Amino acid sequence: MRPDLEIIQQWVKPGHHVLDLGCGDGTLLDFLQRERQATGFGLEINPDHITTCMGKGVAVIEQNLDTQGLDNFDDGMFDIVLMTQALQAVRRPDKVLDEMLRLGREGIVTFPNFAHWRLRWGLALSGRMPESEALPYKWYNTPNIRLCTFKDFEALCRQKGIRIKSRRVVDGQHQNSWSARLWPNLLGEIAIYRITRENEQ
Amino acid sequence: MPDSLPADSVGIVTPQSYHFDTPIELACGQKLGNYDLVVETYGELNADASNAVLICHALSGHHHAAGYHSMEDRKPGWWDSCIGPGKPIDTNRFFVVSLNNLGGCHGSTGPNSENPATGKPYGPEFPVITVSDWVQSQAVLADRLGIQCWAAVVGGSLGGMQALQWSLDYPDRLRHSVVIASTPRLTAQNIAFNEVARQAITSDREFHGGRYYDFDTVPRRGLMLARMVGHITYLSDASMGEKFGRELREEAYKFGYDAEFQVESYLRYQGERFSESFDANTYLLMTRALDYFDPAYEHDGDLSRAIAAAQCEFLVLSFSTDWRFTPQRSEEMVNAMISARKKVSYAEIDAPWGHDAFLIPTPRYTDIFTAYMDRVAREVGA
Repeated sequence: MRPDLEIIQQWVKPGHHVLDLGCGDGTLLDFLQRERQATGFGLEINPDHITTCMGKGVAVIEQNLDTQGLDNFDDGMFDIVLMTQALQAVRRPDKVLDEMLRLGREGIVTFPNFAHWRLRWGLALSGRMPESEALPYKWYNTPNIRLCTFKDFEALCRQKGIRIKSRRVVDGQHQNSWSARLWPNLLGEIAIYRITRENEQ
Repeated sequence: MPDSLPADSVGIVTPQSYHFDTPIELACGQKLGNYDLVVETYGELNADASNAVLICHALSGHHHAAGYHSMEDRKPGWWDSCIGPGKPIDTNRFFVVSLNNLGGCHGSTGPNSENPATGKPYGPEFPVITVSDWVQSQAVLADRLGIQCWAAVVGGSLGGMQALQWSLDYPDRLRHSVVIASTPRLTAQNIAFNEVARQAITSDREFHGGRYYDFDTVPRRGLMLARMVGHITYLSDASMGEKFGRELREEAYKFGYDAEFQVESYLRYQGERFSESFDANTYLLMTRALDYFDPAYEHDGDLSRAIAAAQCEFLVLSFSTDWRFTPQRSEEMVNAMISARKKVSYAEIDAPWGHDAFLIPTPRYTDIFTAYMDRVAREVGA
């Protein structure tokens, strides 16, 4: 069990209706279906991932967030909307966050921290765009077009009236570490945010 | 045909006819007192009858979906690419049932069958059949075969409409509904094409108000035209372009009106072959069944309310260049299923062949279909 999934599943209650944006090969939804009796859908555009989801019995819809949006989903129809490691790959993360909290009472977002010390160090020393385990691409072919830091994300949430219910900061292997807890924006590689609208409990 | 049968073929198959004498009540208000359905089956029904898959055919389809009738056959059944050992609908695991629908012209009771009341072919007296009527007759067939619940009901185009209708009319009698290259209702353009086809048939002098059997003739030209116009809607501009382009049959223009372009002679050939083997009244009936299909109609046009009755899981597939039933029509269906909180998976397959793509085994289509059906098989222990 991937540690980030372990953390996320604690926030999903039995029978929750869940939407997973960029669900990949369906590992998380498959787990939530079996362990939490959750229902719901994954959205994905990678053909191989879509096939894998179908083979697993994960309901997957081929739908591109950037070009097709989420208009086909009704307000408040999900308990939780998930987006793991995909926020940095969409054209308008701010609008996706709005949509997530239109469709669900709660959102769970994970993304890599562009302010991690190794990335800062790499850029400072080499003067080249940093690469890491979480961000293994070249600047010209990376799908990660909207990289941000934990601080950036939290500023956006404040600006939008989004409340952060909890935040877990982990390293590249999704492990907890005392150092990442101490200086998250410097030492944390990946954050798992649990968000909701200000007026939601 | 083949000197030896391919290893992934269901082999030589023999259709079987079932007679039913409990009257069936049709949507039009009429009853059909007794009728026959011609059926082919592939694979073995397991002990708890949980591995049965129903194949629903499209406009010009029939019961012969896979395998060969004899070693002399030039071609296998119409969906041989997807049904057989190791194929997406794996006959080593599933018991596959494929029938000729009521109103058809390949052995099941239809306009060219004898009307017991008159001793002559039904002709125009044969009632108009709807998709719901077909589903009802298929349920009667399932009873006869000892199948309480289908592992899956599968169909492309008009067949997909039947797969969808099954989920609404008999929600507890199927686990999965696989709806391929289909639509929740015809558009005005779709109906318009059907109307051109029907006009071609009914305006043929040999049609005789549908009683051509009595005159020992068939409205061949009308049927040929109907098929030609239909055939155009099954292909894409690109696939026609690639196949024929502007290629001429001879080197230069002849400044006349014979078939000079390859595409003309192809369409004429297709139309002629079809007119030799298909019944004109059945063509009228099938196109009307298409026109009438609209499960949302009884729910003020709200498809998600219509779909609320369904209990099965859905797989919906569309093809990028299908302009007859576009991917948008499939997405309409998927969105209604999402709104109704049904479990649905959807993919749009990139394929250049237009509507016909559902009959052609492109790699991604085959992969998805195989993965989904494999999971259905595991679910029912097949």
